[in-house]
Amino acid sequence: MTPDTMAPPPAAILRFDRLVKAYEPGKPVLDGITLDITRPGIVAIIGPSGTGKSTLIRCVNRLTDPTGGRILLEGEDITTVRGSNLRRVRRRIGMVFQEYNLVERLSVIENVLSGRLGYMPFFKVLLRRYSDEDIARAFELLEAVGLDPAFANRRASQLSGGQRQRVGIARAIMQNPSLVLADEPTSSLDPRTSVEIMELMVEIGRKRDIPILINMHDVGLARRYADRIIGMDRGKVVFDGPPEDITADHLNRIYGGEGWQ
Amino acid sequence: MSRPALHRQAFPPNRGKQAILSALIVYLVYAVLALDVSMARIVTGIGNAAHFFDRMFPPNTDPSKLALIWDGMKQSLQIAILSTVVGLSLSLPIGLISARNIAPAWLGGPARVLVMICRSFHPLIVAILFVKAVGFGVLAGALALVVATVGFVAKLFAEIVEEISPKQVEAVRATGASTLSVLLIGVLPQVLPRFAGLSAYQLDSNLRNSTIVGIVGGGGIGAMLFTASQRFDYDVVLTIILIIIATIMTLEFVTARIRKILL
Amino acid sequence: MSDIPLSAAPSAAQHWKRHSPLQSALRTGITVVIVAAVVWSLRTIEIIPEFLYDAPAQTMDLFARMWPLDWAFFPTDIFPALIETINIAALGTVLAIVMALPLSFLAARNVTRSPVARWIAQFLFVSSRSVNSLIWALLFVAIFGPGALAGVLSIAFRSIGFVGRLFGEAVEDAHPGPVEALTAAGAGTMSVLVKGYWPQVQPAFWSIVLLRWDINVRESAVLGLVGAGGIGVALDAAISNLYWDQAGLVLLTIFGVVWISEFVTSRVRARII
Repeated sequence: MTPDTMAPPPAAILRFDRLVKAYEPGKPVLDGITLDITRPGIVAIIGPSGTGKSTLIRCVNRLTDPTGGRILLEGEDITTVRGSNLRRVRRRIGMVFQEYNLVERLSVIENVLSGRLGYMPFFKVLLRRYSDEDIARAFELLEAVGLDPAFANRRASQLSGGQRQRVGIARAIMQNPSLVLADEPTSSLDPRTSVEIMELMVEIGRKRDIPILINMHDVGLARRYADRIIGMDRGKVVFDGPPEDITADHLNRIYGGEGWQ
Repeated sequence: MSRPALHRQAFPPNRGKQAILSALIVYLVYAVLALDVSMARIVTGIGNAAHFFDRMFPPNTDPSKLALIWDGMKQSLQIAILSTVVGLSLSLPIGLISARNIAPAWLGGPARVLVMICRSFHPLIVAILFVKAVGFGVLAGALALVVATVGFVAKLFAEIVEEISPKQVEAVRATGASTLSVLLIGVLPQVLPRFAGLSAYQLDSNLRNSTIVGIVGGGGIGAMLFTASQRFDYDVVLTIILIIIATIMTLEFVTARIRKILL
Repeated sequence: MSDIPLSAAPSAAQHWKRHSPLQSALRTGITVVIVAAVVWSLRTIEIIPEFLYDAPAQTMDLFARMWPLDWAFFPTDIFPALIETINIAALGTVLAIVMALPLSFLAARNVTRSPVARWIAQFLFVSSRSVNSLIWALLFVAIFGPGALAGVLSIAFRSIGFVGRLFGEAVEDAHPGPVEALTAAGAGTMSVLVKGYWPQVQPAFWSIVLLRWDINVRESAVLGLVGAGGIGVALDAAISNLYWDQAGLVLLTIFGVVWISEFVTSRVRARII
């Protein structure tokens, strides 16, 4: 927080302030994004591929470093934090990936437990000394995401796509995050499993009372599950509002005429 | 230049390849001539061989000799074990650091140079240098094979690490894990099985080499083998070689079995 | 923060261990064996403390004696020995190929039906690989006397097992389609081998040969230590006479040759594979 702020700022959990990212100078992928995420619930970011949705999400936990502007997490400027401060920021942000990104050769339960890594000193990681509470919580989460505890000692590589994504979600929640990011979490899944995963996300967002930022290209799913939709086109926000406000006109603008249905 | 279509061949000759092949043949002919081997020498050689085999058989089975040989072989085994354990513990971090996708260039560059230097010299040459540095004996031989282990294992391990899936690593990084924890949870599980394979191979290789470092004073059975052959005690030479082969084959069998159980 | 009632904690959590009893027994067993082996090895290693304290000084002394290098030694002794080393590596590799090729077809399951023949080929390969090239060199020096001939033969005999085993595996991996087509067309054994197998295994063949040639360059550099010719003879002479300035130059030369050979092989490999 800047010292000249007199009154406490409105309680934005996450704030993008004129955020810019250019992989090549002069060709911004994100072109001055300004957004506030103030309330829990599902925020769906939609738009054609290559429009900067992934980059936006990855800037939040700094898997990608922004070129300009600011990102504030619960009032704290995290745009340039480094080292152990960055790791403390990251452990407050859970992330769910399109291709699950589980450590394939580790067991399911160890993948869930890896959500605690940001809280553990190295020697405990070395000896795999997870605390009893963490282990108990990992098993609870396994159930909460709809996986039988019998899966706990299976290798992640033995699971189906939907099961893996459930493990991925459990890992993110294991971090006890104040915010969850999800980068195309259903794009590698069949329609039925996609719906199951979306419902799981909604349930988790509601139970834990945290915002979940989801990139998706499936407008139908977004309309059905999101509390708020952000439409992006060529690095800019072109729609921001509740799903019922989005019209075919908006969608045509976002998707350049067709292809969104 | 252009050949009439009528004479098209099923397997057209490749001019470049032919040129390289002929150059190779010319070189080989030169190399054979440069060997300067006369017919007479080969005939003498074959005569020698008869004499040689005559002295070689039967192998020497004098119990006191056998006890000495076994002592030497034991030393070779010990050299192999120590150099493998120490060499592998060094190769793991050095290999990780040499992988281009893990460490920054200022760290990886020197590590790769170190590995390259370790690879450049035959263990026997390295053993000569260590004998000068730490004196005759097992220690010099073991250190030489540590260098050989790092040169081989760290290089191949770095290549394995460069092939890992970056997505799994990224996900672990996103949880806020420290760099070392990311290595431990995100990287190592992906590469350890192949590291274990390299280790088994290197143990075999170190045992083979531990039987020769003695030639230059690095301890083990090699010294005895060298002396016996210089003294023309070919029956002892044969016994030693048979014992070496038996030991190496046994070890290879055991490591193959262990790998089968573990994988 | 516990959004899920704790009472639902499955009992599995209390008993969760990373490894099953069998796995942890296996791991403990392997650890015990390794530790025991190291302890056994350490107990008999004789470390003379004086030598160890002395080591840094000795090492410095070694490098001090190597400098300046005795360049006059290069044209008279090192260069001819270097050429001989390269010749030994090349001839040894070629001789090994000549002997290993027929054997590897004999060892391949899909070419040779007779298990006895396969077993004989495998046995020859294992014997060849189990004896270090330095030991082969000792034997050939005993028969043919010191010199490059012993070197060529020892390189060749050590390489047979290496080339033969790997090439035999490549032949076993060959696709049966073209081979069956040729056999069906009534081709003889020789033409089946040449037109059916060879085109398929050729890339593997060259990559195996290059790999072994690269190894053989390194090995032929030390054969001279037991009298089998090449640059090792110069090294041996320099070291026995304690002419470290000459020894240093030999080492530098070997370093250069190994470098060049590695560069060449990686280039050639990129071209043909």
